[in-house]
Amino acid sequence: MEDSTPSTVNLQPSTIWAALASVPDPEIPVVSITDMGMVRDVTVGDAGRVTVTFTPTFSGCPALHVIRESIEQAVRDLGVTDVEVRSTLTPPWTTDWIGDDARERLRQYGIAPPAPTGEGQLIQLDAEPTRCPRCGSLNVRMTASFGPTLCKRMYVCDTCREPFEGFKSV
Amino acid sequence: MTTTPSISGTELTHPQTQALLLKLTVLADDEIILAHRNGEWTGHAPILEEDIALANIAQDELGHAGLYLSLAQTLGGSDPDRVAFWRGPDDYRNTRLVELPKGDWAFTMVRQFLYDTAEALWLEAATRSTYAPLAEIAAKAVREEKFHVQHTALWVERLALGTPESERRTQAALTELWPYAAQLFQPVEGEAELTAAGILPDLNAVHARWTDLVTRHLVDKCGLTLPDAPTTQPGRDTHTEHLAPLLEEMQSVARQHPDAEVW
Repeated sequence: MEDSTPSTVNLQPSTIWAALASVPDPEIPVVSITDMGMVRDVTVGDAGRVTVTFTPTFSGCPALHVIRESIEQAVRDLGVTDVEVRSTLTPPWTTDWIGDDARERLRQYGIAPPAPTGEGQLIQLDAEPTRCPRCGSLNVRMTASFGPTLCKRMYVCDTCREPFEGFKSV
Repeated sequence: MTTTPSISGTELTHPQTQALLLKLTVLADDEIILAHRNGEWTGHAPILEEDIALANIAQDELGHAGLYLSLAQTLGGSDPDRVAFWRGPDDYRNTRLVELPKGDWAFTMVRQFLYDTAEALWLEAATRSTYAPLAEIAAKAVREEKFHVQHTALWVERLALGTPESERRTQAALTELWPYAAQLFQPVEGEAELTAAGILPDLNAVHARWTDLVTRHLVDKCGLTLPDAPTTQPGRDTHTEHLAPLLEEMQSVARQHPDAEVW
């Protein structure tokens, strides 16, 4: 930035949303933080102050500070000097916010997209069905109910014999 | 531990604030100590998948502790890192259930099952809190907790119905842990008033639901025997000799580098 005087750039929220759509999820870089539904609100104040509200995927996610900094940087890169990044817990993040386009990219990346969470009881002992992201078979087994990141589990497909990661439905 | 709820919530009276601060601290203390015990399996679990699973569970529990302590901070509590790393055993208010050494795999799984079911049911009830910031935290955390319950319920079943050796170890763990688990349902000072105001769940109702749920799983499904629980339990200010060495290890880095900002 060559000019650092207080923000005179007056951006539309849509421009900021577009910039945030290029911020990758730190742990799954084929999807962005907007694909994941983590960005909940963008407002532009009278003096050009930009406020971005995001919600964490998991409360213990170690990438939260990285995401916060990436959001701030993406907005600053548009020439905005006054940026505030807020976090909210309400409504709680759900994998139902991941759009069809992003689900397809997850599948191509080898991660089974999350099944719809449904309206069922939260406290239940049975897990949702999952499909192999490579061959589409439902003949899969969960090999570990936790995976390399908080949002995923480990599976193996008994049809194509490939192991894969699957998104939890949250 | 930086996530804070966005809504400051309804007005609390001074006694309500003090009681809620205490409740949030005891909830966080249980999460922190149990997370540390689970972390002790990292590199030592029976199989790699379980090593990863317990680390995930521990990470979730620490996330919940961060939520509770961040809310406590908005009510006048100290910085969450200060609370976690600079209090000694005399000030921790965790249950003895979570501070007991990790034992064998059956002990760890039975304890985690007893704890996760209690936490999930309490959180589910707390989503209806009249205090919005607490209801928000509960709505967030309960979604994570359901995966713990699924996982540990399955492990307890697998161990109880596995070999005579695994059944023996699982029953021994349950016999030892059951009396301690009752402590999860001890109210803190001033809790009755918060419950009456709809701010906290009715702990007796949660206890009844928990007893029903774990009895169905442990007795009806897994064929285990529940021992008698003692009628009285010492309070959360009474610890075993196991807490002090745990804290000494857990807090050693923070205390050696009090000015560290980036870990």
